[in-house]
Amino acid sequence: MNSAHHPAPLSPVEQRVAALQALLTERGLVPEGFIDEITRQYESEIGPMNGAKVVARAWVDPGYKQRLLADGAAAIAELGFGGPEGHHMVVVENTASVHNVIVCTLCSCYPWPVLGLPPAWYKDPPYRARMVREPRALLAEMGCALPDDVEIRVWDSSAEVRYLVLPQPPPGTEGRTEAELAAVVTRDSMIGVARL
Amino acid sequence: MDGIHDLGGMQGFGAVDHSPAEPAFQHQWEAAARALLQLVAGTVRASGGEFRHSIERMDPGHYLTSSYYEHWLTAAATLAVEHGLVTHSELEARAGGRFPLSGPVLAPPVADPGPGVARPRFAVGDRVRVREWHPPGHTRCPRYVRGKTGTVVRVDGIHSVPDIEAHGPARRHEPTYSIRFEAAELWDDGQNGASVHADLWDSYLEPS
Repeated sequence: MNSAHHPAPLSPVEQRVAALQALLTERGLVPEGFIDEITRQYESEIGPMNGAKVVARAWVDPGYKQRLLADGAAAIAELGFGGPEGHHMVVVENTASVHNVIVCTLCSCYPWPVLGLPPAWYKDPPYRARMVREPRALLAEMGCALPDDVEIRVWDSSAEVRYLVLPQPPPGTEGRTEAELAAVVTRDSMIGVARL
Repeated sequence: MDGIHDLGGMQGFGAVDHSPAEPAFQHQWEAAARALLQLVAGTVRASGGEFRHSIERMDPGHYLTSSYYEHWLTAAATLAVEHGLVTHSELEARAGGRFPLSGPVLAPPVADPGPGVARPRFAVGDRVRVREWHPPGHTRCPRYVRGKTGTVVRVDGIHSVPDIEAHGPARRHEPTYSIRFEAAELWDDGQNGASVHADLWDSYLEPS
């Protein structure tokens, strides 16, 4: 962040943002505090900690897991999560023989209420181009090598549904509490580029 | 349009620059760009289709060499100019340099959206073929599945067709489906044990 006393010169893209912001502000279109409020929402209210709670609940409560797989948005709402990019949720379950992974080849669709905003690599061309073309090779390259007998299902979020992967619990976690389990769930395991 | 955004299956890209965790915004300007697009899209009442198409129309070289939030900035400025909130020359004067915008819409405005589809034409298990066509406007049918045959695995709700809503106030509603394509069907490379699912609107499909 720039110091107020020694501001660094703006980069070209920063100058363009500042130009658009200034012109829209002069026309009275930018409510006071709007940008700070948007920033705060995405930085503190949504993120993979929400999805981790959903996954941990599904691991400890078979009835919840059944509801989650049947109607993702409704079951996720039971834990208080929902909103834009979360109205039509499908949860896909990993098993010993099936591995699921999500991608958006056309843009950057991602289940915001449970995972937050997508990471940069999810939105960049290599992931979007390659995950549908060579999923087994790309997963291995990203550290998620799967045995040949594990079926891979790639889900391209090209319409209104947003996907969440329900990972398998890691070995040795039997008997842990729901909160302890939520702490072992990673963002990548819910995108499907890692197993736990 | 067969634009640069339609990346599925393209080759020649290198490794994924993976990080296990990162802040929501790496720079303050990214948060501002995100907020400005949300503001502009709301002000001009842009549909999801119009918003996405304003990114898809970026110059391909610019698209590939700029970050995600620069795409959003470009879309916000493009929509703001196209809807008369600001002018391109004002933006460049204020920025003190070039302010690249997205290219023009290539498709004509949609006057007649055509009849909607109230009941799903297909059921789980049906075999369907994706239409092989190249519309000049916005579509959510990825190029890599066009002409390919797959199986319906899920019937979802009735939704506004993006190809229509991106090009004017008219709307058409149709069911969407999740279609499973075997990787070997898509890429003709003998991959086993992998499938790719795309979610597609009714009018993108025909019986197989």
